[in-house]
Amino acid sequence: MSVWIAVIATGVGCYALKLGGLVTPQRVLADPRVRRFADLVPVALLTALIAVQALAQNGSLQLDGPRLAGLGAAVAALLLRAPFLVVLAVAAGVTAVLRLLL
Amino acid sequence: MMTVTESDAGSDAGTARRRSAALRDGLGVGLGVGVSGLAFGAAAVTAGLSVAQACTLSLVAFTGASQFALVGVVGSGGALATGTLGAVLLGGRNALYGLRLADLLRVRGWRRLAAAQVVIDETTAVATAQPDRASARTGFYVTAVSLYLAWNLTTLVGALGASRVGDPAAFGLDTLGPAVFLALLWPRLSAGGTERRVAAAAAVIAVGATPLLPSGVPVMLAAAAALPVLLRPGRGARADAEEQP
Repeated sequence: MSVWIAVIATGVGCYALKLGGLVTPQRVLADPRVRRFADLVPVALLTALIAVQALAQNGSLQLDGPRLAGLGAAVAALLLRAPFLVVLAVAAGVTAVLRLLL
Repeated sequence: MMTVTESDAGSDAGTARRRSAALRDGLGVGLGVGVSGLAFGAAAVTAGLSVAQACTLSLVAFTGASQFALVGVVGSGGALATGTLGAVLLGGRNALYGLRLADLLRVRGWRRLAAAQVVIDETTAVATAQPDRASARTGFYVTAVSLYLAWNLTTLVGALGASRVGDPAAFGLDTLGPAVFLALLWPRLSAGGTERRVAAAAAVIAVGATPLLPSGVPVMLAAAAALPVLLRPGRGARADAEEQP
């Protein structure tokens, strides 16, 4: 499977899901438990992505000091209510500086 | 959500004020978040995608988390079929947003085909934060247009920039992917205990499954962390009651 096929398939699949939600009859959300589940799925998926990207490399667990420190700095910036772009700059900056020094 | 009084909702001045507030929200989020297309473009080329592939993904998929997920699998040498499946599943939340937005936007006919492409985290966040339907629509479309333009333009710039940078990891660009998700998720994690428990369970599932399963699958599996709310009627009903005005 070439990268191009993966790129197109991801694009088409993502679009189909967006359209699917917009045209689905509203009665699906009648059950409050389904609404709550729908609400929490993104939290689960995004946290899983953060964890895997922070701790794994090539399918195995691997601790990368500068990357973890960068994410720690991002948490500190978020706790200080820094704007979105500042958080990203701090994360990448701390990782870059540590890689330069270590 | 509907906090506006009847008399205020009826006045032209109130309507204009709420719509210009929605316009500001939309432009702020659209341009602010849109610039992180730089991070995506750089991450994509770092992972081994061509500049054209990075730009196509931003134009067609236009949903950051799925794009970063696919690029992550390509970069880590995972199976592309699994990576694609994981990226598309991750886009499943946009279907849930669409369900929520359909009643708010009330788009009909062919316009739905265009509106669907911009049903994502940011447009949903801005639209659902507005006090009435008119400003929700303004917020949705302003966010959509500014974010689509900014995201695609900065994807190109980031991809071209990274392809000229020797080793992007030296600049810490590999930290940007998880940092973007963390920043987007932060308001929800700090808002609720259930959110934090689901997040913790999802992280444990994903990390625990990583050495055992192909790349992309552990993230899909982590959706199971949200399942317990389906089994607890009391909790679901209470959360629903809290949402009533």
